[in-house]
Amino acid sequence: MSVSEQTAPPEVVADRADHVPHDAAAPAHHTSTGLSNEKLGMWLFLGSECLLFGGLISAFLLYRSKDVEGMVGPAVGDLYDIPFTSVSSFVLLMSSLTMVLSLSAIQRADHRRARTWLLTTAMLGATFIAGQVYEFTSFVREGLGYTTNLQSSAFYTLTGFHGVHVTIGILMLVSLFVMSLRGRLPAERSETVEIVGLYWHFVDIIWIIIFTLVYLIPA
Amino acid sequence: MALTEERPPLELTSGEEAVVRKPLGVFTRPSDSPGWRSWLTTVDHKKIGIMYGATAMAFFALGGLEALLIRAQLAQPNGQVLDPQVYNQLFTMHGTTMVFLVIMPMLAGFANYLIPLMIGARDVAYPRLNAFSYWVFLFGGLFLYSSFFLGGAPDSGWFNYAPQSGVAYSPGHGIDFWVLGLQITGIASLVGAVNLIVTCLNMRAPGMTLLRMPVFVWMALVAQFLLLFAIPVITVALFLLMFDRLYGANFFVVEAGADPLLWQHLFWIFGHPEVYILILPAFGIVSDVIPTFSRKPLFGYPFMVFSGIAIGFMGWGVWAHHMFASGVGPVSVAAFSLSTMFIAVPTGVKIFNWIGTLWRGKLSFTVAMLFAVGLVSQFTIGGLSGVMHSVAPHDTQQTDTYFVVAHFHYVLFGGSMFGIFSGIYYWWPKIFGHKLSERIGKVHFWLMFAGFNLTFGPMHIVGLQGMPRRTATYPEGMGWDLMNLLETIGSFLIALSFLVWVYNVVRSRKNPHAGADPWDGRTLEWATSSPPPVHNFDVEPTVGHLDEWWHRKYDEDESGRPVRREHYEFLSAVDEVSLGRGGREPQVDTSSIHLPSPSYWPIVIALGLPLISYGLLYTYWLSALGGIMVVGGVVGLGLEPSVDPEAGHDDHGHDDGHGPGPGTDATGEEAELVGVGAGDGATASGDRAGSGERA
Amino acid sequence: MSVSDETLAREAQAEHDAQTEHEGHDHPSDRSYVGIALILAVLTALEVASFYVEDQLGALLVPALVIMMIVKFVLVVAWFMHLRFDSNLFTRVFVSGLVLAVGVYAATLTTFRFW
Repeated sequence: MSVSEQTAPPEVVADRADHVPHDAAAPAHHTSTGLSNEKLGMWLFLGSECLLFGGLISAFLLYRSKDVEGMVGPAVGDLYDIPFTSVSSFVLLMSSLTMVLSLSAIQRADHRRARTWLLTTAMLGATFIAGQVYEFTSFVREGLGYTTNLQSSAFYTLTGFHGVHVTIGILMLVSLFVMSLRGRLPAERSETVEIVGLYWHFVDIIWIIIFTLVYLIPA
Repeated sequence: MALTEERPPLELTSGEEAVVRKPLGVFTRPSDSPGWRSWLTTVDHKKIGIMYGATAMAFFALGGLEALLIRAQLAQPNGQVLDPQVYNQLFTMHGTTMVFLVIMPMLAGFANYLIPLMIGARDVAYPRLNAFSYWVFLFGGLFLYSSFFLGGAPDSGWFNYAPQSGVAYSPGHGIDFWVLGLQITGIASLVGAVNLIVTCLNMRAPGMTLLRMPVFVWMALVAQFLLLFAIPVITVALFLLMFDRLYGANFFVVEAGADPLLWQHLFWIFGHPEVYILILPAFGIVSDVIPTFSRKPLFGYPFMVFSGIAIGFMGWGVWAHHMFASGVGPVSVAAFSLSTMFIAVPTGVKIFNWIGTLWRGKLSFTVAMLFAVGLVSQFTIGGLSGVMHSVAPHDTQQTDTYFVVAHFHYVLFGGSMFGIFSGIYYWWPKIFGHKLSERIGKVHFWLMFAGFNLTFGPMHIVGLQGMPRRTATYPEGMGWDLMNLLETIGSFLIALSFLVWVYNVVRSRKNPHAGADPWDGRTLEWATSSPPPVHNFDVEPTVGHLDEWWHRKYDEDESGRPVRREHYEFLSAVDEVSLGRGGREPQVDTSSIHLPSPSYWPIVIALGLPLISYGLLYTYWLSALGGIMVVGGVVGLGLEPSVDPEAGHDDHGHDDGHGPGPGTDATGEEAELVGVGAGDGATASGDRAGSGERA
Repeated sequence: MSVSDETLAREAQAEHDAQTEHEGHDHPSDRSYVGIALILAVLTALEVASFYVEDQLGALLVPALVIMMIVKFVLVVAWFMHLRFDSNLFTRVFVSGLVLAVGVYAATLTTFRFW
């Protein structure tokens, strides 16, 4: 390594301040990568969540495939109501569409439409949760409680975790809706909607996986 | 976000009038006033780093005390000092404390303090979440320790193997405290990991490319990535165990057909990356200490970086070597044996690079250097016994014996703790303005080095002779008596050396001011005053080199020898001690530098988490209270701008909250910090997602 | 080293410029979002349909379901989460988590099953 190079003259530092864009509306980020801290943070968090759900899904797959002699209660697979779950999966899937439409509206500063789509997304999410509550109660009525057997513990834990994620997402969507109503969500801060959207879509793709691995593929 | 350039963070563009309300009307915003209260609300990464370090050292004393009790019990055959029940609690808490409450937070403290300074930033990416991480860690640790007073501590080892950790075999609340406590500290680690990764990637000074970052920053970054991906795995395991214990689920109930190996897999998928989380930042510390005291650049910097990344990757493919004796099949054993042997390669690269740096260097054996060389030598011993474990038949023989105990103490004490002490002696003058005494420090080092080897060296021998670990006593006539006595004497020597260190710390306040750059350092933290100003640098550095500060101080003559430049400029106002030998101060006005304002919310949210946990064990009312604190705190944090607009008015006299504009010494960096406030909604929502589901 | 440092700096600058430019890119139109949603809906219908013709599909069932799942996953991630249009760094971060998860858990389940 040579030591002979001149260090950068200090004026460069002063120069740099002039490059700071003055246009408040431009979505520029003064970071080394040019990416926003918040968005990068959310992606990191989602990467981490992959391992959380991976673990829960694995625990379920392991225990569903296990042949337990004299297992108490019914097997989870015998209770599935596939048409019902298909509908609620479809509802969650479409909530991803309304989410992205809301983002696209707020980026165009079309606040009324953005709010409508935000609320629609939250409602679709709530419909999904209601479906999950119905599913759980009907399973319990058929004799599959949380502690009944291995499969039931794993099933309720996995889908319950997912449900909690959806619920948190709904809370965030409602907060965004209220913020927007109060005028605290101008188009320049559309990134907030985008970040909540990332979380929402993530919850959706996790359900895409759960729907196939847990519900559709036979044990 | 650029909007802060022209407006205070919450002002609206839609023409409506901006009203900055006090969040929820509960608290007035804390001010920057000095005194102990400022520590509760601080968001300064340096103060938070110091708090991490101090707390971790307090837990180190507790964990050490537990170790001394264990050694007292084992000093003689048929020891009567401890009841076996208490013994179980002590070795469980000793392991849990040292891993989760000492080494991890200690390294988090270094990372917090040093990363922004080393990459030329003013703070971390999310200063308030940083404070939140610390408080969560502290309350998680205190929650775990409160188990001693509430019916007994956890008692089935730091890995709590199923089904032993089930209610049937451990009916007290101890393991519940363990499960909930680690979930709480896990939140701290996860939030901290996201924060520090974003800091490393996004907050670098101009010209600070990734391959100009000091090795410590690199190794801390790799460790944060490991945390990011490993914490959710242990979280799954902890949740499953918690549901088993509290709500009667069947995940680890063998009678219901459960497979206890599931726990072992989940635990070690986390546990092995965790090992590298504990050692990589320590590697980073010595990689910065050794070049300074060899007066040579680090030998093979890119190899050092890439071997660290390689260790990070490969660390995910070796977990089942902790399970060779558990009955996993022969194919698994063979595969994990091989991958474990391979991971020794990048680790070996590091050892050779350190030796290459020392080779023909102008060595000065300060205490920091002694500890660094101590790491290189002691970790090599621990690494070699690690390679022995990769040989499955050998491992089967050693499983659950003191040989394993010897191995991981050589890597975690001889490695991580020696690295940490090296860092403490090295950066002490930067953090507190005066050095620790070198004379007392040498006593500390040699006592600790001797005590360490006396304690853990003989464990190799008794381990190979078959002495089982985690057993409260051993009979006479096994030939282990002398070795165990020596080990106990060694452990008390370590305790003595710790007291010497404490004495050194207490005494050091009288030491003269050390100046900004007492070791003739190489990296940017030495270019600012000791201790650094709250905004770190008066002028934001523009980086042109690896070892930027060295290049600013030294030129090269024809024969390639470094020659000190006649003049060079510090990055902030320093004291006279530092100004000799060509050093100058920058002449800039720092009054317009805005930093994030202190906040009550991080500590409020953090305090909610142990309340929720106590509630789960005793009464749900407490959980409800804790839940209100968390939700309310998150909302408060989300609504509060990260930079208090009023503080801006008062302190700096800006008209109408105009942010720092061009023409002042404002830099992009600083605009960024203000930008953190603008992105509040996003920060809060991410945070809500993070804390909500893990609470 | 000095040369490579300069190159690095230039590369970093170039990368930075490219990304800043990237940020300015328009996201896809609402029409394409609806189009993607339609494809997703059709795939979901196919998935559900396969459940009723399980016996005819035989050994094909599981691979078919898994492939449809992956396609749906990728469509949502690439379009709705904008990874197609956004910085590479996001993709790398997310994919490392995903690959790690699939890798370690698949290995774990295999050790239970076969080995």
